[in-house]
Amino acid sequence: MLISVASGKGGTGKTTVSTNLAYALGKRAVILDCDVEEPNAHLFLNPEFEETENVTTKVPVVDMARCTLCRKCADICRFRAIAVAGKTVLVFPELCHSCGGCFRVCEPGALSEGLRELGDVEKGVSGDLGFVKGTLRVGEAMSPPLIKKVRTYHDLSRINIIDAPPGTSCPVIAAMRGTDFVLMVTEPTPFGLHDLKLAVGAVRILGIPHGLVINRSDMGDDKVRDYAKAEYIPVLMEIPFDRRIAECYSRGGLIAAMVPEWKESFMELFQKIQSQVLS
Amino acid sequence: MRELVVISGKGGTGKTSLTAAFAALSRNSVLCDADVDAADLHLLMNPETVTCTDFKAGNEAIIDKTLCTECGMCRELCCFGAISQEYVVDTIACEGCGVCVDFCPVKAIEFPVKTCGEWYRSDTRFGPMVHARLGIAEENSGRLVSLVRQEARDYAEKNGHDLIITDGPPGVGCPVIASLGGATAVCIVTEPTVSGLHDMERVIRLAAHFKVPGMVIINKYDLNPDMAKNIECLACERNITVLGRIPFDPGFTKAMVQGKTIVEYNPSSTLTDTVKTMWQAIITSPVMNARGIMDFSQSIKS
Repeated sequence: MLISVASGKGGTGKTTVSTNLAYALGKRAVILDCDVEEPNAHLFLNPEFEETENVTTKVPVVDMARCTLCRKCADICRFRAIAVAGKTVLVFPELCHSCGGCFRVCEPGALSEGLRELGDVEKGVSGDLGFVKGTLRVGEAMSPPLIKKVRTYHDLSRINIIDAPPGTSCPVIAAMRGTDFVLMVTEPTPFGLHDLKLAVGAVRILGIPHGLVINRSDMGDDKVRDYAKAEYIPVLMEIPFDRRIAECYSRGGLIAAMVPEWKESFMELFQKIQSQVLS
Repeated sequence: MRELVVISGKGGTGKTSLTAAFAALSRNSVLCDADVDAADLHLLMNPETVTCTDFKAGNEAIIDKTLCTECGMCRELCCFGAISQEYVVDTIACEGCGVCVDFCPVKAIEFPVKTCGEWYRSDTRFGPMVHARLGIAEENSGRLVSLVRQEARDYAEKNGHDLIITDGPPGVGCPVIASLGGATAVCIVTEPTVSGLHDMERVIRLAAHFKVPGMVIINKYDLNPDMAKNIECLACERNITVLGRIPFDPGFTKAMVQGKTIVEYNPSSTLTDTVKTMWQAIITSPVMNARGIMDFSQSIKS
């Protein structure tokens, strides 16, 4: 089973929910940190990494000795990653989407494959729990190909928990697409509600069953609950604001590890997700 | 023209609440919301839209079934797996590279320009604002960020504003990169948690890469004063001015529920005083006032 944990707004508690849920499930689960711009799950689960894969993407490299300056590569590139200037060809590898168009049109065979580093994927364990983490290279703009790579590490014999990035655009889509359930974590504030509506819009485009966790549920107002009711989105868990929870988080602690009742609550959360997926 | 970009790395640290407070405290500034993916600043600013413009970026392949011979060329060439066995383009997977369009032997693929969202020029009680809405599940967030920043700059220059305050996106990817180039300085809003520190370290490296000077605010510092110290140490090591600490205060949430900035919600509180002191420190800071090489020849003669 693939469960993605998403939110729209950042800082609502995605990582809190995904790490505690994964911890509660233990050896039955694998956590995949797909928030590759700012991966945080490792700070709470302290995994031991066993392998690292460097992830790259193919970009063109020009051999000027063979180039006839025909401009076909520059013409086909919709991302302006190749330009012909005077008697030279300029490549801007950071703009390249690796579509392969330039290689196809280059008749003299002046282009060879170079590599741009996207980041890395690390695989390991935290106790019995499987752990996979993607880290985007600082300065790299394109996270979706790396997120897709992290997702290839899933283990379908176990419960895969995907910690998704915030927002509603292509990185989140790459993390949620094809998952069996999206657990949306929000807070009952105007910002939380506004961004939740956008996230629900994205999940509905993808047609994935979804449910809600309301974090810091006693701060703010009731509009998130009203919205969930009106839209028939099940509220699967509420976590009240508790300074001790916030302090525990600040140190990199897990409430499910500290308080047995919370571990049970996260197990119940999983059972609710399971029955939602099966129904 | 000076532009202060408020970023954080980690989401939910208080970027937008503080940006809105700064807008309330500033004079003659233009507000810009560069968090186009999940824009929230308008919820505190209650803007009145003056102009609304479609944001068109990139193209989308559409297969004309009446012309398609199902030869399989497009499916073979597409590096994004965006064309189904039934020869329908998956619009979410399509990156708009146009390779299928160019190589289709019967020219059966159309390639119209996509509308990915819209951007607005608005008026607020604190002055003009430029903001946008990226369509759900759309691409090109970086381009839209660049667009709103450029429009804010153009508007400021034409109308005699000398400062832009930009609410930036979380993370370190495409939209953050687009919000940093050419900024005068960044104000990093962080929180004293393991993730706050971790994410701030990454966004600092990004800002350093773009040679943008930085300042930092530690929000909710009292949740973990030791971690707040670690953040100050990191700031010190990286030549980043620490503007100060803000305690955890439910006032921010209460103000948000009323659609107000903290400065309006509770004008005579110590919290408001702290935010005011920070804004003074930002606006008088050397990085915001270094104008580079100027021509002083006239003033030197006299």
